[in-house]
Amino acid sequence: MAAAPNHRASPRRASRRRLPWGQIGTHLVLLLLAVLFLFPFYVMLVTSFRSPSELFTPEFHLLPQEFTGLKYYIESITTSPVLTFMKNGVIIALGILVMQILTAIPCAYALAKFEFRGRNLLLALVIFALTVPIQVPALPLYLGLNALGLLDSYFAAMVPFFLSVFAIFLFRQSFKSYPDEIIQAARLDGLSEWAILWRIVVPGSIPAIAAFAVFSITTHWNDLYWPLIVIRSNELMTPPLGLATFADVESGENYGALMATATILTAPLMLVFMLAQRQFVRGVTMTGVK
Amino acid sequence: MMSAGVELDRIEKTYGATTTLRAATLDVKPGEFMTLVGPSGCGKSTLLRIIAGLLPQTSGEVHIDGASIDHLPPRERDIAMVFQSYALYPHMSVAENVATPLKVRRLSRMARLPALGRLLPGQARTRREITDEVRRVADLVEIGPLLERKPAALSGGQRQRVALARAIIRDPRVFLMDEPLSNLDARLRVTMRAEITALHRRLGATFIYVTHDQTEAMTMSSRVAVMMDGTIIQCSTPQGLYEAPEDLRVARFIGSPEINVVASDTVAGWEGGNTRLGQLLQRPLHIAFRPEAVRLSAESAAQTDMLHLSCHIERTERLGHDVLLFLRVLADGAGVTARIPAADFARLDAPGGVLTASLHPADLLAFGPDGKRVALPGLAAATNRGLSHVG
Ligand SMILES: Nc1ncnc2c1ncn2[C@@H]1O[C@H](COP(=O)(O)OP(=O)(O)O)[C@@H](O)[C@H]1O
Ligand SMILES: [Mg+2]
Repeated sequence: MAAAPNHRASPRRASRRRLPWGQIGTHLVLLLLAVLFLFPFYVMLVTSFRSPSELFTPEFHLLPQEFTGLKYYIESITTSPVLTFMKNGVIIALGILVMQILTAIPCAYALAKFEFRGRNLLLALVIFALTVPIQVPALPLYLGLNALGLLDSYFAAMVPFFLSVFAIFLFRQSFKSYPDEIIQAARLDGLSEWAILWRIVVPGSIPAIAAFAVFSITTHWNDLYWPLIVIRSNELMTPPLGLATFADVESGENYGALMATATILTAPLMLVFMLAQRQFVRGVTMTGVK
Repeated sequence: MMSAGVELDRIEKTYGATTTLRAATLDVKPGEFMTLVGPSGCGKSTLLRIIAGLLPQTSGEVHIDGASIDHLPPRERDIAMVFQSYALYPHMSVAENVATPLKVRRLSRMARLPALGRLLPGQARTRREITDEVRRVADLVEIGPLLERKPAALSGGQRQRVALARAIIRDPRVFLMDEPLSNLDARLRVTMRAEITALHRRLGATFIYVTHDQTEAMTMSSRVAVMMDGTIIQCSTPQGLYEAPEDLRVARFIGSPEINVVASDTVAGWEGGNTRLGQLLQRPLHIAFRPEAVRLSAESAAQTDMLHLSCHIERTERLGHDVLLFLRVLADGAGVTARIPAADFARLDAPGGVLTASLHPADLLAFGPDGKRVALPGLAAATNRGLSHVG
């Protein structure tokens, strides 16, 4: 790149010397927003490393005056069931995700690639259902689960989310762009419709599925509303529910341990994000060169 | 497997109010290379998909070797298809693409499961057979070194060969090809044309080959079916289509430059030739003649049994061996295209760009107002005069 300066390069270099004010402005705004979003996380992290006495001093220090090391982390893991919360979070978030993918993919494929009476009406219903929040069917769901004696179980925490209209909509958009001729070739090759869907079409929609997975895991890992309604026992509590309970019980002094717990419970989400990001890029290149 | 005859019996296809296919009827003999040619949008792809079972027809029947196959799903029809877009599975390697039809047929459902399937007992031999078969077919279409690549890493011509291999490996009774060469560059198209005809001879299977390119149609096969507006209007040898078109649309579609078409009123005013010509042309007809039927030599101008037109040369185009002359008849302003060998063009005598063009009445084709060929008994059958130039 650096070798052989030519005529084409010179005008570009000249323009680079002028300051791109527009870009600087954009980046300043983005930086401001990033600070705004990251500040609570920063406070959480820093609080988990400083002694509680520092919290209520009049002056604010960016770094702990007295670094407590892993003290609160060890305390959190040994005295609170944080690992149980995490295990529950994993089971519930993954259980929901797997069921959502299993149910949404066939629905989306039918809506995207089959001609049948009422297809447009069904699609309209899917889009309409996107606008209905969980709070609307919460009471009937609660009553139903109660009548079946299923309250306070993993199943109760997961079942309202097994069918995701958002996933159906997203996957339908992705499947719709899959070339018909490849599907027809697969039919001639003798693959069943089921095999065509899972072995041919789904591998072409990995980016959409990965995007949805990130969305779904984040939502259900962080969800407080529904677990608060159906979960009672400590052994079944999800991270936010556990954290809320933990904060109530130990309120007052122990902010350090509380923030250490919060950090531990947020870490897996960060990890998923970073892994999925790599998956995204791979998925995009896979379809991009198709 | 034995090749099979395919009969299409009055196939209709409608989408709501629009009719895409109307009474398409065609008889393809076992082992024949049949080319289906027609302009874009005339329904060629739709017809192939109906034969393959990928699309249901509105009415009409598809027979293979005399038996109706309309109730069979695509996989049971024993028909392979090569698509215009190649339709390779993008996430599979070339070897997996080619092996797919065999795996589906020879391995059990369980054995085909990813990863897990390989552990099942009793299928190692089948897998080995499939691998050998893939290798054999890959060598046949010369993609042996590409087997481990993904389709994205192949050129258009290589993808085309993979698509061919995936069809060949099934050893089907009938091959359908939907404009398989239209995405290739001109040079590659010419070599692939020869390869596909060679492949047909080697496999001996029935081929139905779709194209919108009349050169492809005229050079590749022994019989060509011309399709227009959703129906097959003529099926004949390339020579037959050129010399004895049964429909004005066929006459216009086949042959380059396009055939000359003049209203019969105009022709009736032309001098010379058969004295009965004027009477024969009492009713309004379209009169057509090939550019090479137009004679420009002095000897022709002297013949009494020919029609003679005084023309002005508007434009000439040199095609190497031949020269095209775009003429305007001085008397009535009709446009006439002539094609003569370059050697004759050099000897042409045209003072002031004006010359005499001569036509033998037997070279004239007459078509009714509906475009159908009309036999004029006064005009000797043009077919017998042996216009030899095709394409
Ligand atoms: N699903 C469809 N709905 C309505 N019209 C269609 C549909 N598919 C094809 N057609 C119409 O059928 C006609 C023939 O299409 P096609 O068979 O692809 O032509 P060709 O292959 O000869 O270019 C086109 O005019 C096209 O618009
Ligand atoms: Mg087509």
